[in-house]
Amino acid sequence: MNHWYMLTLVGKDRPGIVAKVTAALYDGGCNLGEASMMRLGGTFTIMLMVDFERSSKALIDLISPVAESLDLHLHLDRIEGRLHQHVEPDARVTVYGADRAGIVAKVTGALAEAGFNITDLESMVGGSEDKPIYVMQIEGTAAEGIESLQAAVDVIRKEGVEAHMEPIETLIG
Amino acid sequence: MAILEILTYPDARLKQESLPVEQFDDELRAFLADLEQTMLAGPGGVGIAAPQVGRFRRIVIVDCSRTRKPVPNHGRLFIVNPEITAWEGMTSGREGCMSVPDYTGNVIRAEKISLSYHDAHGKLQQLDAEGYEARAIQHEIDHLDGLLFLDRLVSRRNDLFRRKVYQPTPEQQPKT
Ligand SMILES: [Zn+2]
Repeated sequence: MNHWYMLTLVGKDRPGIVAKVTAALYDGGCNLGEASMMRLGGTFTIMLMVDFERSSKALIDLISPVAESLDLHLHLDRIEGRLHQHVEPDARVTVYGADRAGIVAKVTGALAEAGFNITDLESMVGGSEDKPIYVMQIEGTAAEGIESLQAAVDVIRKEGVEAHMEPIETLIG
Repeated sequence: MAILEILTYPDARLKQESLPVEQFDDELRAFLADLEQTMLAGPGGVGIAAPQVGRFRRIVIVDCSRTRKPVPNHGRLFIVNPEITAWEGMTSGREGCMSVPDYTGNVIRAEKISLSYHDAHGKLQQLDAEGYEARAIQHEIDHLDGLLFLDRLVSRRNDLFRRKVYQPTPEQQPKT
């Protein structure tokens, strides 16, 4: 019987990480599920669902050589697969501003209070070193309704953070 | 009337091009009734194309009159042999498809279109559609050309923010 694992790999970015890691997993008989792989600052991060018929020890033995060769820190969790159960977001909140100290906690706290369940959050720092711009895009489901979420976003804006909410009307056709 | 079986990707037939309708008869109208039933039976579908049920003719139905948030629309449309004659603007929006379960993604579509088509009786019709309805019509016509929204995916990450930043709505203008 196969098992699902969440494989986390983190290390200094360099060319070829994704190709080498996925080749090692494929050669070792793994199937891949959903993944998030991205560069955050100068660090490359991988979170990858791996379907493997053997133990976590065997999977670590399989991936350790490539992780070591690329200087990646490795972490493995046994998980439930739960594919094909996507939660469809119904709202997107975009936030940006010059000041980032506390911005994430402030915004996500207010959104959580308004019943917003985050399915996806991405934030980037743009601008220049002396004038950084913090940009955050959040998607999720407004469990207490779009109006309640809009009210929370209005409060965030009054406090001087540029925030904008738009409903996601997914077209099924 | 009957609910027809929906083909789902990776069924290769979804990538096939459909042929024009030549006969506007009772059989076509009976098929349209079945196709509409099938659309209504699906989860929140605002449109359906004949090839999605394995009939490779240029027939689609669009009905944007029952969206959660009301949008400008022309009610239920039986659209046969459609031709988009004009496009204007571009907009990004989230799409899913009855033929691609459990996946949605962002797609760029024309904001406004002009459409000529035949109705269920073969009469030539013309309409202008915008926004959500225009998106639905473009999604369905793509099916007639063997295209899925998967063929037009854009990054979830950047397109919306860029649009917002470079074309701010009045409420987003910096306060002075
Ligand atoms: Zn479709």
